[in-house]
Amino acid sequence: MTAAPAADRPSVGLFVTCLVDLYRPTVGFAAVELLEQAGCAVAVPATQTCCGQPAYNAGDVPDTKDIARRVIDTFSAFDYVVAPSGSCAGMIKAHYPRLFEDEPEWQHEALMLAERTHELVSFLVDVRGLADLPGRPAYAGTVTYHDSCSGLRELGVKAQPRALLSQVEGLTLTELPGAEICCGFGGTFCVKYPDVSNKMVEEKTADIADTGADTLLAGDLGCLLNMAGKLKRQGRATRVRHVAEVLAGMTDRPAIGEPRR
Amino acid sequence: MKSTAHAFVENAREAVADRRLHKALSNMKAGFQNKRAATVAKLPEFEALRDQGRDIKNHVLANLDLYLERFERRVTQAGGQVHWARTAAEAREIVEGICRDAGAKTVTKGKSMVAEEIALNDHLEANGFTPIETDLGEYIIQLRGELPSHIIAPAIHLNKEDVEETFRKEHTHLPADRRFDDVPDFTNEARMVLRQKFQTADVGITGANYLIAETGSTVIVTNEGNGDLTQILPKTHIVVASIEKVVPTLEDATAILRLLARSATGQEFSAYTTFSTGPRRPGDLDGPEAFHVVLLDNGRSALLGTPAQEVLRCIRCGACMNHCPVYAAVGGHAYGWVVPGPIGAALDPGLIGVEEAHHLPNASTFCGRCESVCPMRIPLPKIMHHWRTQAFEKKLSSPSFRLGLKTWAWVAKRPGLYAVGSRLAIGLLAALGGRRGRFATLPLARGWTDHRDMPAPEGKTFRQAWADRRKHEAA
Repeated sequence: MTAAPAADRPSVGLFVTCLVDLYRPTVGFAAVELLEQAGCAVAVPATQTCCGQPAYNAGDVPDTKDIARRVIDTFSAFDYVVAPSGSCAGMIKAHYPRLFEDEPEWQHEALMLAERTHELVSFLVDVRGLADLPGRPAYAGTVTYHDSCSGLRELGVKAQPRALLSQVEGLTLTELPGAEICCGFGGTFCVKYPDVSNKMVEEKTADIADTGADTLLAGDLGCLLNMAGKLKRQGRATRVRHVAEVLAGMTDRPAIGEPRR
Repeated sequence: MKSTAHAFVENAREAVADRRLHKALSNMKAGFQNKRAATVAKLPEFEALRDQGRDIKNHVLANLDLYLERFERRVTQAGGQVHWARTAAEAREIVEGICRDAGAKTVTKGKSMVAEEIALNDHLEANGFTPIETDLGEYIIQLRGELPSHIIAPAIHLNKEDVEETFRKEHTHLPADRRFDDVPDFTNEARMVLRQKFQTADVGITGANYLIAETGSTVIVTNEGNGDLTQILPKTHIVVASIEKVVPTLEDATAILRLLARSATGQEFSAYTTFSTGPRRPGDLDGPEAFHVVLLDNGRSALLGTPAQEVLRCIRCGACMNHCPVYAAVGGHAYGWVVPGPIGAALDPGLIGVEEAHHLPNASTFCGRCESVCPMRIPLPKIMHHWRTQAFEKKLSSPSFRLGLKTWAWVAKRPGLYAVGSRLAIGLLAALGGRRGRFATLPLARGWTDHRDMPAPEGKTFRQAWADRRKHEAA
């Protein structure tokens, strides 16, 4: 698929997301790899920072709008904008247009961007029609999968990661009971209401442990940091990775929260 | 009802540590979620019904004055009387006046969240009347001096042992060897006591699930039949209901009834659905001699035309709280006001003020599970977000949080600075935590590290690593 000349390939602006940028560049590289396997020409605009969710969720509309305008300007030239996160893609798709309800010109821009913005795995399957993985990745182990809330409910990400995971050699998927229940991350929620968040992630890690899976996957780094942090604190051996790492065959780096080798 | 919503953080801290509470709440998944899912799956037109329900209530809210006045005319024509209460205090005084005129001593009550909202029992007691709750859950919490913790299951925060303890303490007639093994044992015990109360009550007070404009009827939905005995046996029946409960026609009411029980308890229909139209007519076998409807506004009309208007579509099924992970973690009492859970987070700031209730819409991860099960398609997270913007404008969050957020936003709008700053900070963090791969404590991140480790970053930022790779490839 990658043989097509650049001009025939759709241009994708990778919205890497602030958490992946800061915490886990491996996910960014995995996203680039998968997008290139799916025949896209990937660019990473250097001036991107964050989608603005922390401000948006705190009710700070003026700052959110400033940040959203920057994102719109930065990514307006691409055929598609793809983020390895349902939460950040959902912010752009579902919330930017509403943010500018009182500014029609910006709302138009926001809608144009929203239409072209996708979460990574659903983009690969739904837009690029990827049915198998050209990189032939392998992963020896039993994994379980948490459906992060925004991806699931705002973008309908549910079957796509499972379809691609079924193509990974050696991988067995054990469904997580309560996979659609929030892990308690919620952005700043987890530090503003730490007791409530902790109770929620305790429920989640108990469910994860019950599956007996050796690896936990999900499509959003915020949720993954939360669940990995709790699993580590509880002394559990479950390895935690972003789904893109497994799909791209980039599992040679330590899992999230694991010691450097 | 007196609010403790401002103390949500403290309330929640106590609630998450309460083992008895969590034992009681652990039945919610099997009791509510699974049953709802099974019943909904059997009804192919459920999603279409949700659309219909939403459209009916949107139409009502756009024409509320018309339907309320029509309802009043029909009630009057049927021989009843409608009383308009702008505030909780006005509603209490109206009910008190009716009870006084009826020469009442004992007042039986069906389950009513509006009666809880206006703290009716306290007011009646203070004025010499004896209110008796007749719904089993409400009866139990009345004995315990507690408030409901759920809008359809008021005693869901209690275990069987708690209820047994309460009965043994309050029902002093109980022999010591009387056994309480299962739910019917509790029901029978309450029934024995309540039967006498039903027969001697002078006034019966119920809420209303719907008010039907075309007929002037009020509708209650119960599973215990207590509401019927409350409204049929005494000489006076008082309905307390909030203004948004009105629907245009019987047809509309039945459409919404098809959503209600399925969403609430996973039943196709509740055991008793009772329509009341006016007092007893000549020739009727039973029914009250006087029929009053107290219509409460208490802040609702002020929500019309605002971004929170859609919250008034609520039919009080409780599905949002039954599926809410925050509710599951803290229970209903932590919310501090009469309506807990996601619907409370969307409604309460509108009724008791965002200053008092700002924590409720903020204490949500916006996971959206509530909206996904709401039979009336209320966009609960969107309404919570509306209250968050109000709370932010009023500077209700802590100064340190606001400073942190403003600083972050200032940097996030300056990509050059952001790139340099994040590179340095992440490099440092990775160097400190890299070998172990995580931190057990981190300054400024106690909210996180008190409960979980903080995974360490890999080292470089992605954009830095990406730029390095591009340079390498070019060379």
